[in-house]
Amino acid sequence: MSIFIDKSTRLVVQGITGRDGAFHTGQMVAYGTKVVAGVTPGKGGEKLQGVPVFDGVAEAVAATRANASVIYVPAVFAADAIFEAADAGVGLIVCITEGLPVRDTLAAYHHVAALRSRNGTGRPRLVGPNCPGLISPGLSKVGILPGHICKPGPVGVVSRSGTLTYEVVQQLTHAGLGQSTCLGIGGDPVIGTNFIDALEAFAADPRTEGIVLIGEIGGSDEEEAAQFIKRHVRKPVVAFIAGQTAPPGKRMGHAGAIISGGTGTAAEKMAAFEAVGVPVANIPSEIPSLMAEAMGRRRPRSNRAAAGKARRARAASRPRPAARDRARPAAKRARARARKPARRAVARAAGGRGRR
Amino acid sequence: MNLHEYQAKELFARYGLPVLPGQVAQTPEEARDIAAALGGTVVIKAQVLVGGRGKAGGVKLAHGPDEAYDRARDILALTIKGLPVRKVLVARAAEIARELYLAILLDRSRKLPLIMLSAAGGVDIEEVARTAPHRIVRRHIPLEGLRPYQARALLKPLFREGSQLTQAADILMKLWRAYSEGDCSLAEINPLAVTPEGKVLALDAKVILDDNADVRHREWEIWRDPDEETLGQRVAREKGLSYVKLDGDIGCVVNGAGLAMATMDLIKHYGGEPANFLDIGGSSNPEKVTAALRIITGESRVRAILFNIFGGITRCDDVANGIVQSLKQSPLPIPLVIRLTGTNEEQARKILSENGLSATTSMDEGVRAVIAKAQEVTA
Repeated sequence: MSIFIDKSTRLVVQGITGRDGAFHTGQMVAYGTKVVAGVTPGKGGEKLQGVPVFDGVAEAVAATRANASVIYVPAVFAADAIFEAADAGVGLIVCITEGLPVRDTLAAYHHVAALRSRNGTGRPRLVGPNCPGLISPGLSKVGILPGHICKPGPVGVVSRSGTLTYEVVQQLTHAGLGQSTCLGIGGDPVIGTNFIDALEAFAADPRTEGIVLIGEIGGSDEEEAAQFIKRHVRKPVVAFIAGQTAPPGKRMGHAGAIISGGTGTAAEKMAAFEAVGVPVANIPSEIPSLMAEAMGRRRPRSNRAAAGKARRARAASRPRPAARDRARPAAKRARARARKPARRAVARAAGGRGRR
Repeated sequence: MNLHEYQAKELFARYGLPVLPGQVAQTPEEARDIAAALGGTVVIKAQVLVGGRGKAGGVKLAHGPDEAYDRARDILALTIKGLPVRKVLVARAAEIARELYLAILLDRSRKLPLIMLSAAGGVDIEEVARTAPHRIVRRHIPLEGLRPYQARALLKPLFREGSQLTQAADILMKLWRAYSEGDCSLAEINPLAVTPEGKVLALDAKVILDDNADVRHREWEIWRDPDEETLGQRVAREKGLSYVKLDGDIGCVVNGAGLAMATMDLIKHYGGEPANFLDIGGSSNPEKVTAALRIITGESRVRAILFNIFGGITRCDDVANGIVQSLKQSPLPIPLVIRLTGTNEEQARKILSENGLSATTSMDEGVRAVIAKAQEVTA
């Protein structure tokens, strides 16, 4: 159905009375997310848009059974907010805040990781910092991704970026490719959930049929993801890497987007994906057609051969489809096509190469 | 923020690392006075933020104040890899018996600090990593921090002599403190030198600071070098814009870093050359729009500018208002192409068309249009 969030997600908003926290609480509630509590130290007992506000996360969890948290507090308080959510037993912690010192993120990351290995449940999970959060279209959204560009469907999207993710998601939606979950993992050098974690979750999610991975310059997360795909991911993956024209040694907006010591270039990352058979889009608008194409020929060779054999056996016992099609009046064929709009959009997006 | 060698050595000295005394000079006269005060042989080193200074003639020995004057004058006239030399460090020279490499940096994928140590010091470490990777020892620093016995064990194979081993271990512990408490993302000593008398010294220093930590380091402000910043970079920093100048002639203003990079790539893909990276962020106020346009037109020979805005949380109508107001205050002498999509796109189009502007919806269309406009200007 989705990864990390769904209808059962009960969200506490840390920093709910701040400008960003308040605005996005409204957006999330409007989308249908169950926002059960907010936290702002010193404002316990108040209400914001009908959501009860508490002084601390532990209190909020005790009173509302919140199981996920989203963080909008200023950078200097953000690491503490992650610790607080983890210690309160929240299972998913999404840190939207940008600008955390790496030393603070490291401490919070390892605290969450230690709790996770002690629990043995895969929780708590940290997403971010410096990320747009995630959305499972039609079910829940946690963070700042705009809901109206998404639609439910089979494609999982994972990205280090914010607006570039929106761009790609909108193009997927226009091409008729809905999404299971869109996840922004964040643009910092140290982040809680990386590409491999997301790929693992999408691979295990029965509703996700294909995965779009949007990387960028800096670090080696993409290279490691490529190796992981080779060994563990059977679903089709399409990749895109931003920053092909970025100069070395310059930070491109995101704290983690920097080519240092000649490594972390877009070319290396694209080559890593191509080497393991993952199609790499040169430009964002190629992504939907590549995804449609990859999903069209998704089944492994052995399965496909078996399916082909069964189809040939069925075909032998009835008139050839082409002949049957010719026998139908053109108007009827057009009506039949109109009943399958999503299919058609996919084929169009694939430039006629998909699902043949 | 990348520190100059003299700044990095100030940081190191604060943590008790053995750096040789020296001072920074901006004129040959200052260099002469510093050399006279230090006495003996000095080394004059260009202070520019690039590697390979020695090969470019930016590092010279001087025996006495008059020679220091001459060498400083020569080096201050240099431009190294495009950067004019504005300052030199004048430091006491040391005799060197051995040169090693020692650094602590962040390992992003393991999410731990990493010590890198090599007996092949004094040369480009990236070159060593390429040609002789076995000569680099790598060791992660555990979450609890580095312990002296761990430092000694790591250094023992490279320092057989007892006194040198204890000196080197002390240096590594102090480097760790400087890295950790100082919020560095890189703290590097290259070379870590051993003198003929057996003293271990940090002869060079390279430090990169984690910009996100500047709120708790007031002392960093004095290291911000106004000479190193162009006017555009300063305005960008003051207005909270993320900006990098490139060499092309097509400017772009984009909301979001990933989309900004993808926009540059797309300009190149369709045969243009991007003039810059500029992330205007989530805000859309006219002041930021004006600043962005001024930065781009001020720094590059730009022939056309593209706005690429994906309205998620940012509202397209706000951006449209920002553009209109900005153009009213200071008209743009070159063509402008606007791509807007997302939240309140219709209102934005209305605002633009009432003011004689238009916008495309698709990013590909917008990029192709701005390249075409730039070519018209050229023709």
